[in-house]
Amino acid sequence: MEVLAGIGPGLAVIGAGLAVIGAGIGIGKIGGMATEAMARQPEFAGKIQGAMLITAAMVEGVALFAVIVALIK
Amino acid sequence: MRKTYFIVSFVLFWILISPSSLMAGEGEGGAESENREAHGKEHFNTAGLVAHHTSDSHDYLVELPFFHKTIHLPVILWTKNGLSIFSSARFQGDNEGKVVVNDDKGNRLVRKHEIIYYADKIEGMEHPSLMDYSLRPLDFSITRNVLAIFFVFLLLSITLYYARKAYENPKRLPKGVAAVLEPIILFIRDDIAKENIGKHYEKYMPYLLTVFFFILYSNLIGLIPFAPFGHNLTGNILITFVLAAIALVVILASSNKHYWKHIFTPPVPKLIWIVMVPVEIAGIFIKPFALMVRLFANILAGHTMMISLVALIFIFESAKWGIVSGIFVVFMSFIELLVAFLQAYIFTVLTAVFIGLALEEGHEEEHAAEGSIQATR
Repeated sequence: MEVLAGIGPGLAVIGAGLAVIGAGIGIGKIGGMATEAMARQPEFAGKIQGAMLITAAMVEGVALFAVIVALIK
Repeated sequence: MRKTYFIVSFVLFWILISPSSLMAGEGEGGAESENREAHGKEHFNTAGLVAHHTSDSHDYLVELPFFHKTIHLPVILWTKNGLSIFSSARFQGDNEGKVVVNDDKGNRLVRKHEIIYYADKIEGMEHPSLMDYSLRPLDFSITRNVLAIFFVFLLLSITLYYARKAYENPKRLPKGVAAVLEPIILFIRDDIAKENIGKHYEKYMPYLLTVFFFILYSNLIGLIPFAPFGHNLTGNILITFVLAAIALVVILASSNKHYWKHIFTPPVPKLIWIVMVPVEIAGIFIKPFALMVRLFANILAGHTMMISLVALIFIFESAKWGIVSGIFVVFMSFIELLVAFLQAYIFTVLTAVFIGLALEEGHEEEHAAEGSIQATR
């Protein structure tokens, strides 16, 4: 049982790391696509930026759920 | 008339926040010096330090260079024997349930991890339940976070009062505070409210502006690390819970029959309703839930990062790490400054989007619009 008690926090840290990987891929893709879209149509840059921020916040929110789970484990 | 509304809503807000504000107080409570003494040199308790600095408490520790003072805030309880008010100094800084306070209503009270219980009920209990209100009185105390809300209220009143004064002469351009706030307010009106809510946006402007500025100011005072600033206000899940609950009420109050039709009779084959209707009903509550957790987790994570970086100095017990952690903290502060504005924006814009969804008229034109989008693709 003592071994298991030590594994718990370690697993939580790994979980937080996995969540960060997922969020990183997601936000990277959003940012990349948004800059591409802005380069194609600079006249809609403002709207694209707004949509980008909202989507990035959603991805980040999901990642932060995982962080909170890892914090309280 | 407007003033009365204002006072009533303020009092309601306070009452909503107070009793539950102490449920989150799961912190270690003890000051960091205590931790250091207890653990000696073997182990620096970073988790305890973070918990102590991010949780709500009955005592407000004012820490400035060359000035340390604990301000004992009043404890206001609704006990079995009625209202009981006394100073939190009577707990003598105890947070382990050892000091018993006999109040003038004949209750015997102890404080354990920032939560006040009846001494007789929790005898021998290691972790008494937070939700069991037979074990503890209702707590309406003016805690650190409640004090911080008053402070935000004061700051908001002062800045907005001076901003308003700039418009008394309509011929002059606004300057000072108004020149800073005007672009933000116009941004909220044009890019958030008009864009997402549509033609009835004007009704929601006071709410959206209040939410935006409350969250923004709360986030910003959390970034200034000395008294009277430095409260973890929006990083407390109960405060974001109240904000999200208000958002839910506003969304539901502005919903029309199309909104409910879409939830209970979605435009799909009837067999799929078995799955769709529960999901749609859950969706009503998931939206504000996500708002609550997003704001809370972002701010709490920021504060945790900041404290952990400072704690590096104490973990490695070397002043050289001060340079490293100093650079990192400055870098993090810039990110947190961005996050403070971004989270206020995100909360407001998502609330506006949800209000817009609840207000949406009819399906016909909506589907027609969808069709045209698909056609252009």
